[in-house]
Amino acid sequence: MTTAIAVREFSHFFGSLQTLRRIDLDVLSNEILGVIGPARSGKSTFLGALNRMNDLIRGSRTEGTIEIKGKNIYDPDINVAELRRRLGMVFATPVPLPRSIFENVAFGTRLSGKKNGARLVELVQECLVRTSLWEEVKDRLDTSALKLSGGQQQRLCIARVLALRPDFILLDEPCSGLDPISTAKIEDSLRLLKRDYTIILVTNNTKQAARVADRTAFFLNGELIEVGPTDKIFTAPNDQRTDDYVRGRFG
Amino acid sequence: MRLNPKVEQGLVKAGLQVMTAATVFILLSIIVFILRKGLPVLDFSFLTKNPVDMGRGGGIFSTIIGTLVLTLVAVLIAAPFGVGTAIFLTEYTWENRVTRIIRFGADCLAGIPSIIFGLFGFILFVTKLGFGWSVLSGGLTLAFMILPTIIRTSEEAIKSVPAAYRQVSFSLGSTRWQMVTRVVLPAALPGIVTGIILSIGRSIGETAAVIFTAGSALHLPTSIFSSSRTMAVHFYILAREGISMSNAYGTAAILVISVLIINLLTYYLMERFIRKYS
Repeated sequence: MTTAIAVREFSHFFGSLQTLRRIDLDVLSNEILGVIGPARSGKSTFLGALNRMNDLIRGSRTEGTIEIKGKNIYDPDINVAELRRRLGMVFATPVPLPRSIFENVAFGTRLSGKKNGARLVELVQECLVRTSLWEEVKDRLDTSALKLSGGQQQRLCIARVLALRPDFILLDEPCSGLDPISTAKIEDSLRLLKRDYTIILVTNNTKQAARVADRTAFFLNGELIEVGPTDKIFTAPNDQRTDDYVRGRFG
Repeated sequence: MRLNPKVEQGLVKAGLQVMTAATVFILLSIIVFILRKGLPVLDFSFLTKNPVDMGRGGGIFSTIIGTLVLTLVAVLIAAPFGVGTAIFLTEYTWENRVTRIIRFGADCLAGIPSIIFGLFGFILFVTKLGFGWSVLSGGLTLAFMILPTIIRTSEEAIKSVPAAYRQVSFSLGSTRWQMVTRVVLPAALPGIVTGIILSIGRSIGETAAVIFTAGSALHLPTSIFSSSRTMAVHFYILAREGISMSNAYGTAAILVISVLIINLLTYYLMERFIRKYS
């Protein structure tokens, strides 16, 4: 496996508050990296640092580097909009935009202004199939996305990200508002998507990391405590704090 | 002593109903009064003929056109500037002292009596810039007058668009401008349009600001440098100088009806738009 993202001595601040402390971490190609840790441990901030969504928050500041294909994404000549298309993001609450199902999936593609009509229809279908939503919505693509159920909306959001043709998929507690069946469907999708994408999954649910992640990283108070194969993190971690957390002693 | 909850509920409800009924009654009686006085004067030629003999005879065609053109100029200028300012304040800058000053200034301007705007427009546009009494001077003055309303209503509408929409738009690789045009503005449009309708209503009914800047010429305006009379000014002059009360009421009726039509039309268009976007 090759390194897809190299995080080096990376720190992040909101104003005077330090939210990430000198993180060193490699994300490997085509893995699912689970990121676990209690609330306010910095795991969502870490995710937002990777596609620079943190830039949108007032007072956000960084130190250190994050390299993708040898290029620091915090270099001034980086096209941030393009970067965000390469690292598609799925949020905790599904947020369909107030337009049709079709237009939601096509949104990112229309922004870049490339694809023509026929290819766009193909692309939308392909992405909906890959998130196993196609059968459920194929007859009502032009109806409002707001009318879908919560689980369907979250799969729509994943389809919308796939349509960007990203290299990475970043998921920020994607199942926190979903029932077990919807959660299982999304986890199935993730296992399939791993073949083509590198996936980083931030989750509050340690069991979810145990189920789907190849490797797991444990964050605490803005520090990366340890990262390793999921089995090892959950059975024989190096750090006592990791052990305490995965056993449910705190957090 | 506490009232029995049921009795309290009944009293409150009755009280609120009375207030609502009184409001509706007052509004309706104004409209009915104007229509009863005005409608008998109306016929087709009242709409299509220009005023004759200072407005004693003929119709009000030129003042209808004057009103339309003046309002159009005002809205065409104020809407882009107002919405643009609102977008800048909400999407392109952090909240800071400057934005607060701009907002405070807009609120103050919104409360200034329109005759002050008229005086300002007269000095700046009519005399200093030499536009004379004209559609241009009047339109610009009205634009200044309605600008604060458009800024503040647009700002509120834009602010009420969920932050999550912006996040999603950015995360899908939109630039800030794409986010504004494709996500924020469509979602905020009903609120923005409501603000613009209110402004149109104010422009149509405005006399003080217009009489100083667009003048009160009775002929049909031929260019933006023609002086022109609006319906509201026409009504004011007819009634004030005692030229013709019946024609004054006729004009008033048309004024009320046109505001009604504009509102209905905009609500219809907005309804269709909302259906398309949600």
